[in-house]
Amino acid sequence: MSIRTLLLGVFVAGLSVSTGAQELDADAIVEKANRASYYAGKDGSAKVKMALSDGRSREFAILRRNADEGMDQKFYVYFTAPADVRKMAYLVHKHPGGNDDRWLFLPALNLVKRIAPGDKRTSFVGSDFLYEDVSGRSLAEDAHELIETTDTQYVIKNTPKNPDTVEFSSYTVWIDKATFLPRKAEYLDKNGKLYRRVAASKVEDVKGVPTVMESTVEDLASGSKTVNTFTEVDYDIGLKDRLFTERFLRRPPREVTR
Amino acid sequence: MAIEQISSSPPLRLLLVMGLLSTTAWLHAADIEFHGFGEYRYGERLDDQSLEDDRSLNELRVQGDALWYHDLFAAQLKGDLVCDDVAADRDSIDLETGEGFFDLRQANILISPLSWMDLKAGRQVLTWGTGDLVFINDQFPKDWQSFFLGRDVEYLKAPSDALFVSMFPAVANIDVAYIPRFDADRHITGERLSYWNGQAVVGQDAVLVTDRPNDWFEDDEIAVRVYRNTGAFELALYGYHGYWKSPGGLNPATGQWIFPGLAVYGASARGPLGNGIMHAEAGYYDSFDDRDGNNPFINNSEARLLLGYEREIAADLTMGVQYYVERMLDRDEHIAALESMAMPIDTVRDEDRHTVTLRLTYLAMNQNLVLSCFTRYSPNEKDGYVKPTATYKMSDRWQATLGGNIFFGDDEHTFLSQFKDNNNVDGSVRLSF
Repeated sequence: MSIRTLLLGVFVAGLSVSTGAQELDADAIVEKANRASYYAGKDGSAKVKMALSDGRSREFAILRRNADEGMDQKFYVYFTAPADVRKMAYLVHKHPGGNDDRWLFLPALNLVKRIAPGDKRTSFVGSDFLYEDVSGRSLAEDAHELIETTDTQYVIKNTPKNPDTVEFSSYTVWIDKATFLPRKAEYLDKNGKLYRRVAASKVEDVKGVPTVMESTVEDLASGSKTVNTFTEVDYDIGLKDRLFTERFLRRPPREVTR
Repeated sequence: MAIEQISSSPPLRLLLVMGLLSTTAWLHAADIEFHGFGEYRYGERLDDQSLEDDRSLNELRVQGDALWYHDLFAAQLKGDLVCDDVAADRDSIDLETGEGFFDLRQANILISPLSWMDLKAGRQVLTWGTGDLVFINDQFPKDWQSFFLGRDVEYLKAPSDALFVSMFPAVANIDVAYIPRFDADRHITGERLSYWNGQAVVGQDAVLVTDRPNDWFEDDEIAVRVYRNTGAFELALYGYHGYWKSPGGLNPATGQWIFPGLAVYGASARGPLGNGIMHAEAGYYDSFDDRDGNNPFINNSEARLLLGYEREIAADLTMGVQYYVERMLDRDEHIAALESMAMPIDTVRDEDRHTVTLRLTYLAMNQNLVLSCFTRYSPNEKDGYVKPTATYKMSDRWQATLGGNIFFGDDEHTFLSQFKDNNNVDGSVRLSF
């Protein structure tokens, strides 16, 4: 399940949940959490500031648009800091279950570079977040087990179906019953030791959508930490599909330069 | 400016710097993004040779980049103030060749007059095509001198003074670049890098003299690209009409190097294959000033083909491979013409120049250290080129690099081997703001 991320957890859908006595199974919960974390609204935008523990930072504006049908999505990321990535634009056509199509625009060369599919469990722009945290991990890659239900949260244990492709042995996610937003995820290494924690440290309501406004990832082995702060979050702003093309890689749209 | 030779006296230079500073202040007041960097870069040759200075680079550079995003337009002004200790002439400015203490990189305005049209006018950097350091249909100017001296890869692309129109009707995207006056490559001249002049390897003793097409709206260039995506594949067709971008011929009467007429027609495709990205690109070079190939002083027409593949081979390690071939289309006629004039034919290149390239890129230390090595080798010319670079980001503001440019080969006259006396290493420190 894709929640360790919360980077895009900013686009959280407030899926109305029939809270009655009806019990959900683990697969239904992770499905709802996935939608809450990554698919809120038809589209969305936000400004993101990543603070790395070594004093470095990354700042970017992000646009997202859901496909009209199915689970495909398009993302546009426009970097504003630091200097070495400023004005770079990054375009992702996300295909859950397959390889994403990715492009990077290098402004100094006016070059649109196609990026080869990579290991999704490597760092996103040098932070403690992983690419998979940002883009979402395919639900089909893990077996999901509901290990506890509290008054307010579901606790789901996720075990990878192909353990050789990932560095963890399992991870556990705490999901809010009311919003289906994942609030915390903890990763165990191959020896069963806790080594990584992702938390949604601040959640606010944006246009009626419970939205993660701050998320934190901690690498407990190295002691490093990255804090994401989201501002100017918005949903259903009418982003056009044509915005997620080479044209707007080469000339960033007003939606990100304003 | 007809030709951008600004004669320079120290007062004028001071005026220019003051102008830039006051512009900066104004930009800030108008709430315009202003950024840039200061950089010191030093490079030294590995081999003693008498043809060039021992130092390949010793320069201080300050770049300013102003951007103004507005609802109606976007405007950019970007330039470098350069204190280049190795350059022979540091006082005059030539905005065309980038020589002198100021290099104007960008000065353009972008508007969208129609929802399906963008228009960018002014000085700009233009790029298209699929190759990694192999350019078939990208006929926009390159600065090979900067690249081989070890400046940042940003400087491989020289700016164009162009009108660039992009149209986005539903069927395909169309780009048209009109360059009203020919923009040549910032090619190798012998001043900083020695080269094969047809008879010998020469340098500062025989700086190349060119006769460049120079008339506005007469000596112009036009480049067109039509492209569209089919699924995850990007397909493109290209056309170009202009001149060989680096000297492609000689005027035997004057001894000056010339830029003969050139038209290029080509196509490319790029998309996913397996767990990587493949690209393919081809071009037909119509050297129309010597279409029959029987003028020994003008480049033959050529056919060029590129096939490439890139994929991640381990976490944070990416490998790209390319095969590239350039075929002379009228080599027999070229040789016959040389023989008829009793000129030597032993240094005429092979009909096909085969090339393979390999690039390895490794990200380490939370991506703060980027190690990259680009290698190019021609099995039939038995020569090659290696460009290793290491970039370390010390912080968000400070960055240091080490790099090298190593040429090797058996002969003196082949494409890469001619530069083998220029092997160099360089290092830089950059502070961004």
